[in-house]
Amino acid sequence: MNLDFTPEEDAFRAEARAWLAAHVPAEPLPSLETEEGFAAHRAWEAELHADRWAVVSWPEEFGGRGVDIFKWLVFEEEYYAAGAPGRVTQNGINLLAPTLFDHATDEQRARVLPSMASGEVVWAQAWSEPESGSDLASLRSRAVRTDGGWLLSGQKTWSSRAAFADKAFGIFRTDPDAPKPHQGLTYLMFDLKAPGVTVRPIGRLDGKPAFAELFLDDVFVPDEDVIGEPGNGWRIAMSTTGNERGLTLRSPGRFLAAADRLAALWRERGADPAVRDRVADALVGARAYQLFTYANASRFAAGEQIGAESSLNKVFWSEYDIALHETALDLLGADAELADGEWAEGYVFSLAGPIYAGTNEIQRDIIAERLLGLPKGRR
Amino acid sequence: MRFLLDTEQAEFGRTLDRMLGAAGTPAAVRAWAAGDSGPGRALWARLAETGVFALAVPEEHEGLGPLPVELAVAYVELGRHAVPGPVVETAAAAALLAELPEGTGAAKEWLPRIASGDALVSLASGAAGPYALDADAADAVLVADGDAIRLAAGHGPLRESADPARRLFVPEGGEVLARGPQAAAALARATDLAAFLTAAQSLGVGLELLRRTVEYVGQRRQFGVAIGTFQAVKHRLADALVGLEFARPLLFGAALTLDGEEIAAAKLAAGEAAYRAARAALQLHGAVGYTEELDLSLWLRKALPLRDAWGTPAQCRARLVPAAGGPAPWRESSAG
Repeated sequence: MNLDFTPEEDAFRAEARAWLAAHVPAEPLPSLETEEGFAAHRAWEAELHADRWAVVSWPEEFGGRGVDIFKWLVFEEEYYAAGAPGRVTQNGINLLAPTLFDHATDEQRARVLPSMASGEVVWAQAWSEPESGSDLASLRSRAVRTDGGWLLSGQKTWSSRAAFADKAFGIFRTDPDAPKPHQGLTYLMFDLKAPGVTVRPIGRLDGKPAFAELFLDDVFVPDEDVIGEPGNGWRIAMSTTGNERGLTLRSPGRFLAAADRLAALWRERGADPAVRDRVADALVGARAYQLFTYANASRFAAGEQIGAESSLNKVFWSEYDIALHETALDLLGADAELADGEWAEGYVFSLAGPIYAGTNEIQRDIIAERLLGLPKGRR
Repeated sequence: MRFLLDTEQAEFGRTLDRMLGAAGTPAAVRAWAAGDSGPGRALWARLAETGVFALAVPEEHEGLGPLPVELAVAYVELGRHAVPGPVVETAAAAALLAELPEGTGAAKEWLPRIASGDALVSLASGAAGPYALDADAADAVLVADGDAIRLAAGHGPLRESADPARRLFVPEGGEVLARGPQAAAALARATDLAAFLTAAQSLGVGLELLRRTVEYVGQRRQFGVAIGTFQAVKHRLADALVGLEFARPLLFGAALTLDGEEIAAAKLAAGEAAYRAARAALQLHGAVGYTEELDLSLWLRKALPLRDAWGTPAQCRARLVPAAGGPAPWRESSAG
């Protein structure tokens, strides 16, 4: 057991750090949840991609560097420590791409991944429906067979960044007569600019139009945009949720950097001893999360599957993120109320953590039933 | 990087678990609390055969160590099985004795006996409180006072702990073994080791409280169903597991560095997680959990004293965020 990075990993860290020091914008970009900010972040993605930092863990043929999970963690640590912008491409990179690597055809990978890596095509996740949140399998939007493809109809909602994104991925009911709700579903990709798609931005809690509702009226999707076998969408989708809750969406680098900024804020604001314990808890939480991730990465590198443990991860980081931001807001005092502050924005975003990617109530059920072995019950 | 136990380390933990599970530890704990250290000493003797106490003793004194990762593995198991006695203090005393200036003779006398399981040694450090755990059963009691370390000549009357299996005494008198900066530095490292091993013991206590509670709520029926089917029950236990599973990597991170701040982080997280597990265990057992008869009480009563022994949560937090500030202590190491 060790925590040692290899000389090669250290060299990779140094290279990433140097590149970031030279390229990270001095001024923060406008919020990526606005049209202006979305464009600025797309340009940043292109800059990352030009020097192959956008998707370091992907194979080189798709714009990556083919690095393993430890180097990916190193890159993420450096990325957030450098104060680099949030990733506008994250839904595609973290949720769709792993699905494509596992379930898509070579043709699909070659067609979809490079433009995702460059930020030329930004993807949104279209999963939730007005009546299907945690009970995703109850979804009603459907895909009906047509010549050469499928016609989508129905409504998706709360789709992050869909207000400005180019394309979306989601699951649709293709066999309404299947005996169980999670059967007869199909996973596919569709164009948000296609005829029959209406995108209605929804203001979020922070007032930004970053969510959208999608109304689909006989939207044509060619067969080549179906991922995996029709009817097998549930299994494919579930392999994505593991990514969403687990390693990829919330890398420890993000929280290490945030905890450091919190400690700095605490000092700047006079090192109030009444808040010290919460600052300590934030530092400890970030370290715990980093080491927990190293342990999971070690298991992953040894060929083990990370299953229901990703629910531990999700509950931890989502609760942690809120506590960290609450502490920062307390330190800011009256300024905390200003909506455009970096911490205030982060706080509002953190509030969504226990809701998305499967609510924490569902995660705790998974932990209790699959990790602790408690009996299944009614939700 | 491979931040996982290797096969031998994991097997060592399983061996201890099997051995302690078969040894009837609860009876030894109850006897210990009543002042009969016989069954507890027999348990120590069996533990010594696995090498547990030798792990903290350097090789030149007939030990195997120091081996912090193996110590963490072992002390999680000691916590899971509520092994009575000054287990933490004996290992910390070994670390202290090993670093005392040459010529005191104490290391030569006591370390081989600690390694073989023949000697139980308690340790009191003024900074951590006035009490020496189990001084009545210990073969020696070391007392640290400022930069002076002495071998106590005796002790006062029993001061009852909230956990009756932790028998507290104020040590009295005795000869000074060492004094000065080297002794103070040795004491600082021994105190860190005590905090580290208490964290491991806490984690084990928390894991066992959770295990017993999961078992109980799967059987206890109310309103016609097992109470473990209720979401309110599940969620409390899920949160207990989250706390424990995020304390675990801090413990092993601390084992690899033995850095004081990493140890404080592990102590804080493990102590709090075990305490929260105890609260959940008591609540979900209901009134039966509030009784002494149920073996659960042996672990319930440990969680709080272990959370506070060798570094309260407040002391740990103060160490992590000193008034002068500065970045998190592990940031430079993690940034290579």
